[in-house]
Amino acid sequence: MNPASNNGLRTIVCLKVVPRPEEVRVDAETMTLDRAGAQSFINPPDLNALETALKLKDACGGEVSILSMGPPFFEPYLRLALAVGADRAFLLSDRAFGGADTLATTYTLAKGVEKIGAFDLVLCGEESLDGATAQVPPGLAEWLDVAQVTCALEIEKVPGKREMRVQRELKGGSETLSVDLPAVVSVKANVNEPRFIDYDRMEWALQEAPVGVWGAGDLATDPELTGLAGSPTTVAGVRQVATPDRRRKHLSGSAGEIARALADLLRTQTGSRGG
Amino acid sequence: MAASLIRPEEAQRIWVWLEHDGTSLEGVSLELLAKGRELADRSGEGLVGLLMGHELDSLADEALGYGADEIVVAEDPLLEVYTTDAWCDAAAQVVLEKKPNILLFGATPDGRDLAGRLAVRLRTGLTADCTDLEIKTDEPALMLAAEVTGFGGGVAAIIACKENRPQMATVRPGVFRPALRRSHGEEGVQSRCPVRIDPGRVRTRVLERRIGEAVDITKAEALVVGGRGVKGDFGLLETLAGLLGAELGASRVAVDEGWIEKDRMIGQTGSVTRPKVAIVCGVSGAMQFTVGIMEADTVVAINSDPEAPIFESADYCVVDDLFSILPPLIRELENSR
Ligand SMILES: Cc1cc2nc3c(=O)[nH]c(=O)nc-3n(C[C@H](O)[C@H](O)[C@H](O)COP(=O)(O)OP(=O)(O)OC[C@H]3O[C@@H](n4cnc5c(N)ncnc54)[C@H](O)[C@@H]3O)c2cc1C
Repeated sequence: MNPASNNGLRTIVCLKVVPRPEEVRVDAETMTLDRAGAQSFINPPDLNALETALKLKDACGGEVSILSMGPPFFEPYLRLALAVGADRAFLLSDRAFGGADTLATTYTLAKGVEKIGAFDLVLCGEESLDGATAQVPPGLAEWLDVAQVTCALEIEKVPGKREMRVQRELKGGSETLSVDLPAVVSVKANVNEPRFIDYDRMEWALQEAPVGVWGAGDLATDPELTGLAGSPTTVAGVRQVATPDRRRKHLSGSAGEIARALADLLRTQTGSRGG
Repeated sequence: MAASLIRPEEAQRIWVWLEHDGTSLEGVSLELLAKGRELADRSGEGLVGLLMGHELDSLADEALGYGADEIVVAEDPLLEVYTTDAWCDAAAQVVLEKKPNILLFGATPDGRDLAGRLAVRLRTGLTADCTDLEIKTDEPALMLAAEVTGFGGGVAAIIACKENRPQMATVRPGVFRPALRRSHGEEGVQSRCPVRIDPGRVRTRVLERRIGEAVDITKAEALVVGGRGVKGDFGLLETLAGLLGAELGASRVAVDEGWIEKDRMIGQTGSVTRPKVAIVCGVSGAMQFTVGIMEADTVVAINSDPEAPIFESADYCVVDDLFSILPPLIRELENSR
């Protein structure tokens, strides 16, 4: 598909900006989520993906591009990624992309990847803090028709071959895969320690570096496949979740007294071996 | 909206992807068979289990006994171990041939890996990590109402996929109770669906697999649960769990910090548990956590913050430092052995 690259890895890191979960409020009257007051930050697992990309670049050379889809206010966050070490950044931003579910999101991201050009590796965080579906990396791999690995713990380039060695998390263990390039790989949260901003890059990253902003026209996306129109799933309703009917009995007293009351309780509740 | 490859009017039956390790079915697959049976009975649709792999004879016989009307078996030597490409190719062939209306997966690492790719190949919708499933028979076409808990306190969203088929969803382990084995004579029928996999299209190869003892907290009778408040040390909780014959559980923060294995996570991204008693220490009680203890008979919460929402979801509330309550509690239980 892509010409063999002899000059290191061409990596694209998908990055999303999310609101801090604890700051999102629910408007009880309209049953909608109010994110306006919430501070935003880069989705933490995406920083692990960026760190993975930069480590691979340190080891094999090449270049790292950042790709994101979202409103224009994402741009400064992409510049932060440039300050950390990425070489280029692209933001897919258009009203037509709004309200996308995973099918429409992955289609749009795939068009962005294609516009960036030939690539070896697309890295994503395992899931986003707000959506948490973990469905974007597999969907993106399908649109691009390339290999996919989810929940990666470790990634290494196989020298001299268009191939990676990837360790992947499984239920109760892990597996080691050999993966043909190009590929889409999602990186587990906390697999590495993301590096800090490089102050020597700051001025360039925050002011000079161009951030490519592409809309539907630039990507030549099919309007039937993007945004709300391209999303087969819809929110059919919201429901207030009832808090279960609990006793909410407070145990008070000294630590010793509470401990005794709890011990009595637990002995009857568990028929514990302690009893 | 571009149409899915399968049209609503030709789609039929409720399907469950049956995950297995070659010898037995995953717990979450049995849970989906139980829920699938309920949805099938309510809607008058059939229930089908999709079993994929290599040399599955005994497993296919076993699978017949859990309430499905039919077990469809897709076998190929390339399905001996899970790889995304081989399994997605095979699953897509079966789906395009049989046209399921609803297709359910366990939200395990492999289930999520496969479902995410298959949904795009079929150009259909996928609702991830559902906390409940319902069926709406009053819609023009049979509709799956998949519930997910969203941001913030107290709301769940109902997600529907109205025009595309199959309606796909992944469900976390423990959300539903597992299907019970049926008695002889109540089993479903077995059929085969041939698949053709091109080895040239399988772009990953498994070099090595290391599977340890997987913990399954969904079956624990008692749980001792720690959150950020344990500050990296599950030692006291482990001692307490030992005395009570309990399993350890954790909030997402405790798992993300690397203090404990991921298999022990409770909640929306973790597991839904049903213990007789859960002792929850140093967890604030975000809704994404509390959905995982909703089904516990009794909840004890220890938290130093009197305002912590966890107390809303507790039967016994201790507003105190867990490090001053657990040591005397452990001594009490030890003394009475
Ligand atoms: C899409 C999505 C899915 C999620 N899925 C899950 C999930 O499956 N499971 C999950 O748990 N979370 C999940 N979360 C995260 C969830 O929203 C909370 O952030 C998380 O549960 C908080 O963990 P915690 O209670 O351990 O930490 P915190 O919220 O930081 O709470 C720590 C608590 O410990 C108390 N504490 C501190 N020190 C002590 C002490 N010495 N003694 C007693 N108490 C003390 C504090 O008062 C505080 O209440 C999800 C979030 C999102 C957005």
